[in-house]
Amino acid sequence: MSDRLSVFKTYKLYVGGKFPRSESGRVYEVTDSKGNWLANAPLSSRKDARDAVVAARKAFGGWSGATAYNRGQILYRVAEMLEGRREQFTAEVAAAEGLSKPKAAAQVEAAVDRWVWYAGWSDKAAQIAGSANPVAGPYFNLSSPEPTGVVAVLAPQDSSFLGLVSVIAPAVVTGNTVVVTASENSPLPALSLGEVLATSDLPGGVVNVLSGRTAEIAAPLAAHQDVNAIDLTGADAELAKDLEVAAADNLKRVLRPGPVDWTADPGTGRLLSFLETKTVWHPMGV
Amino acid sequence: MPITVPAYGKEAAGRLASMADVTADDGALRRFLHGLPGVDAVGLEARAATLGTRSIKTTAKAYAIDLAVSMIDLTTLEGADTPGKVRALCAKGINPDPTDRTAPKVAAICVYPDMVATAKEALGDSGIHVASVATAFPAGRVALPVKLADTRDAVAAGADEIDMVIDRGAFLSGRYLAVFEEIKAVKEACARPDGSAAHLKVIFETGELQTYDNVRRVSWLAMLAGADFIKTSTGKVAVNATPPVTLLMLEAVRDFHAATGVQVGVKPAGGIRTTKDAIKYLVMVNETLGARWLTADWFRFGASSLLNDLLMQRQKLSTGRYSGPDYVTVD
Repeated sequence: MSDRLSVFKTYKLYVGGKFPRSESGRVYEVTDSKGNWLANAPLSSRKDARDAVVAARKAFGGWSGATAYNRGQILYRVAEMLEGRREQFTAEVAAAEGLSKPKAAAQVEAAVDRWVWYAGWSDKAAQIAGSANPVAGPYFNLSSPEPTGVVAVLAPQDSSFLGLVSVIAPAVVTGNTVVVTASENSPLPALSLGEVLATSDLPGGVVNVLSGRTAEIAAPLAAHQDVNAIDLTGADAELAKDLEVAAADNLKRVLRPGPVDWTADPGTGRLLSFLETKTVWHPMGV
Repeated sequence: MPITVPAYGKEAAGRLASMADVTADDGALRRFLHGLPGVDAVGLEARAATLGTRSIKTTAKAYAIDLAVSMIDLTTLEGADTPGKVRALCAKGINPDPTDRTAPKVAAICVYPDMVATAKEALGDSGIHVASVATAFPAGRVALPVKLADTRDAVAAGADEIDMVIDRGAFLSGRYLAVFEEIKAVKEACARPDGSAAHLKVIFETGELQTYDNVRRVSWLAMLAGADFIKTSTGKVAVNATPPVTLLMLEAVRDFHAATGVQVGVKPAGGIRTTKDAIKYLVMVNETLGARWLTADWFRFGASSLLNDLLMQRQKLSTGRYSGPDYVTVD
């Protein structure tokens, strides 16, 4: 019997490439599916949301301006780092969702595969969302998809890791930067994901992870004038309605999906939700 | 305590004359400046840091933001300045937030001397002053006649305020009287034919003065020479306005006022970019000099990007929604 003292991990937010505590100094207890204490997670306030948006806006120029190839390589790198931490994520998912080890491992593997799948889309999204348009004049007319900007993502409440990856990856791969609120009751895999992102060449601020009460953090994000889109996956029907109303003020793009089966083929729906189309008229010189 | 008179008023010269013995010659001035009490650097920095922790919220914050906006010397001092850019800046100064007409106008537009006429015309009768840097800003490394010509030129073009730089080389090598005489000469050059005069702000470039003791000495030196305002920096060097240096200058102004009754203004410039910073400075002014100085006549911010941050905070207070850079101008 070892008499080592246990070393508890301090879970922290991931904002702007750093690991701050909540500005408010608050934490809340995170329990496993049976109610046993797992850890304390930061209980983010609206000011954390504000800081995260500032960080995401700051990162947007560099990330959206990076070549698609470069973004893809960085996202592959994230998947490689995730692969190395499989056991940690398996344990966290098992505790959070009350799954057996093998089932949790399957979730984590699916999440890594999902990340790789989305990484591949970085230089291909333009092929399916862009076009060369025939026009009645001596012009080339080209439409290409551009990232919309800062995307606020409310991660799904039920799937703490596979669902999380499935909402972050499609937003960042096209060049958006993201502020994500983790699953309220099981935020630990999301906070650990921040540690992976910090060590995989992803520029600070591209993904910002907040934990806490979804409704409390989501309200200022939905009303924020400098957020360009919001994904309401993790909001219940009543909250989603309020957020949609708040988001209308600066014409945010709003994604309000129905129930999602996270294990199924995700398709390109999410990938194409946070894009703007830029059309260029180019004289042919005749 | 003597009755307060403004530094630009007629009586100020008489008050300064009462201190004439300390400025009679180089030796007397040196003895006076070196006789000023040394600065407790640790105490000064701790005091500035403490004053920075005051919590200013809700209605007080709204008041502070509007006050800060009205104290801004909106500045463009680039080699690439064009008349169009200056006119755009003037339009912004008159009406900082086009979506909210209740936003106050700024105090002044600060430009290079050759842009004064453009700014003057663009501002019209808005009541906003035109401030012009002069005396070979920012280095100040030209002969005195050139500096005086630069100043007269700006005044003739219609500048209401002149921001001069001191000769740091002379100050650092101990030629205090040379600096003193130069400030006096520039002050005389600020006079207009009709008997009025442009207000004179004296820039110390505290980032180049090495010690807090030097900042205290140069503050007294400039006020003795007749400065209407003392200003920290040009904004062109690595270290600009910092809270401790500004606090030190505020204290010098307070002590000078106590000694002579002459009220002198203070202008921190450079590096003040956020509402939080601006409010910290306002707290320092209130705690050091009192409410008498909390107006655009006696305290200014030399800034350009600060205004946008103030406007975003203003929008947040009035709408409850966090604003973003899309809702203010791109300068």
